[in-house]
Amino acid sequence: MATPVPAVEHMDPETTVGFPARRRPGLLWLRAVLRFSRRKPLGAIGGAIVLALLVMAAFAERIAPYDYDQTIRGARMQPPSTTHWLGTDNLSRDMWSRVVYGARISVTAAFATIVLGTLFATAIGVSSGYFGGFYDTAVQRVVDAWISFPFFVILLSVMAVLGPGLLNVVLALAIVITAAGSRVVRGATLSVAQNAYVEAARAMGCGHLRILLRYIVPNVMATVIVLATIGLGGVILAEGGLSFLGFGVPPPYPSWGAMLSGSGRTYMYRAPWMAIWPGVAISLAVFGFNMLGDALRDVLDPRLRGS
Amino acid sequence: MLRRYFARRLLVAIPSLLIASLIVFTLPRMLPGDVVQLMLEEKAYAKDLAELRAKLGLDRPLHVQYFEWLGRIARGDLGESLWTRRPVSEELGRRLPITVELGLLATVFAVIFAVPIGVISATRQDTMLDYVSRSIAIIGLSVPAFWIATLVIVLPAIWWGWRPATGFTEFSVSPLLHLGQFLLPAVILGVATSAALMRLTRAMLLEVLRQDYIRTAWAKGLRERIIVLKHGLRNSIIPVITVLGNQIAQVVGGTIIIEYIFGFPGMGRFLFEAIVQRDYPVIQGVNLVVVSVIVIVNLTVDAFYAVLDPRIRY
Repeated sequence: MATPVPAVEHMDPETTVGFPARRRPGLLWLRAVLRFSRRKPLGAIGGAIVLALLVMAAFAERIAPYDYDQTIRGARMQPPSTTHWLGTDNLSRDMWSRVVYGARISVTAAFATIVLGTLFATAIGVSSGYFGGFYDTAVQRVVDAWISFPFFVILLSVMAVLGPGLLNVVLALAIVITAAGSRVVRGATLSVAQNAYVEAARAMGCGHLRILLRYIVPNVMATVIVLATIGLGGVILAEGGLSFLGFGVPPPYPSWGAMLSGSGRTYMYRAPWMAIWPGVAISLAVFGFNMLGDALRDVLDPRLRGS
Repeated sequence: MLRRYFARRLLVAIPSLLIASLIVFTLPRMLPGDVVQLMLEEKAYAKDLAELRAKLGLDRPLHVQYFEWLGRIARGDLGESLWTRRPVSEELGRRLPITVELGLLATVFAVIFAVPIGVISATRQDTMLDYVSRSIAIIGLSVPAFWIATLVIVLPAIWWGWRPATGFTEFSVSPLLHLGQFLLPAVILGVATSAALMRLTRAMLLEVLRQDYIRTAWAKGLRERIIVLKHGLRNSIIPVITVLGNQIAQVVGGTIIIEYIFGFPGMGRFLFEAIVQRDYPVIQGVNLVVVSVIVIVNLTVDAFYAVLDPRIRY
């Protein structure tokens, strides 16, 4: 006798295999975001800040009422008002417009650095963890040496070699985060490489490249994504510090860190808003990325807690 | 046992230190715009480029320069500044104590704030107190030190016409003024470290407080203070000490900006000025001292484990 098949109406469409394919992927995303927001409200706030920052960076021309270096006649060092939301600076430029354009530098520097640094860190970490032996020892000794420098010291030294400019900031920051990141990725690789499926792949005759790309890299991706998100806040802080010391993006392009330093410092006693808003912008951006990174780490890779 | 462990650790540290020395030596030599050209234009040390290069020893192959430099370092000679012609070790002798004092004070402040707040936050988990301290820690991690320093100087001047003491006075000249000048920079420098340590102390303590032996301690009727401090904190402090060791490197890095803002003639500012002027013997000397200090700090941290946790034997 054939086993009775449960009637379709008794099946829970949420859990039944085969049905979800019909659902629209957009809705799935929305559900995932809603679930994430319920589980991690602070992470969701962080996500919202990051989103706002991305919008500001992408549409700076439309959001900012003035150009970033446009001087406004008769509006020197005016306090915040309905015309100039965040006031104006010593060169009669609109602070809100400069903060909005500043987001572009921070976001560009942060994402470009993280993409480049994470790519290098993954390549070095995965190869070092997977191949082991002399190659691993040699790479790890260099990494040891590299991470024994305080990162800001090495950052400044590298910037001195490369000279100021956005591309050089990105390169210097990427070099610095590569070493520390590769150590974490190597650790994840060591644990993934011990899995039976890697051994099975090897037994089936897969080459190193295939094993690395098909089995190791996809399985360390959670660690890499978490590492990247957590690193974004730190990169924005470091970029701010570099610009503050005059090693960042040269003026007149507005970088938040540079807006807090230079000639503006002498005017801050008369126009304190010049000292406040760029700092608020950096802090909010770093807060957003930190919160989002923390929440993503808890969801994707709780082993990294405390790192 | 401990001595043998240290000897082994030192042996492992040597290749890393040698590689670090190679990085320290090579980096400043890649500086764009030849420093010799700059010196010739600004200071007129010699009649032409070739003579100046020979005077500075830059005409020999790079590897010869490196081994000569290593040899001099082994004899305690860090070279001399290209601009002031003063020995780097002499300058560091004056400046290093300032940075060490600033860094130590910052670390002490960080620990004084972080550990008690972390403990309270963990023992009162999910209460208002916990939320407030966690939020402050998150803010502490997000706010850049150079911004707090700027606000601390600018805002009181506007509100009350008072400026915090900046600049540097020797302890022997005026102990009170000296401490007053160090207080604010040290607290600001310690904010980020404090926030990181507080979060870690809370997380680690929460994990330990859920262990069976803690339940046993409660069941025995021990007082909360004993359970939390003696049974809990002591078992959760090792990772905190490890992170503190790592954080000290970041404190040293942070002194560059803080010394720059508060006008301290310390090692951080020395390095910053050297980088701006492309004074590579100074950059090399300072970097080498920094790396060595950090290696020593990490070794000391390792030794501390055994003191804190008798189960750890070397």
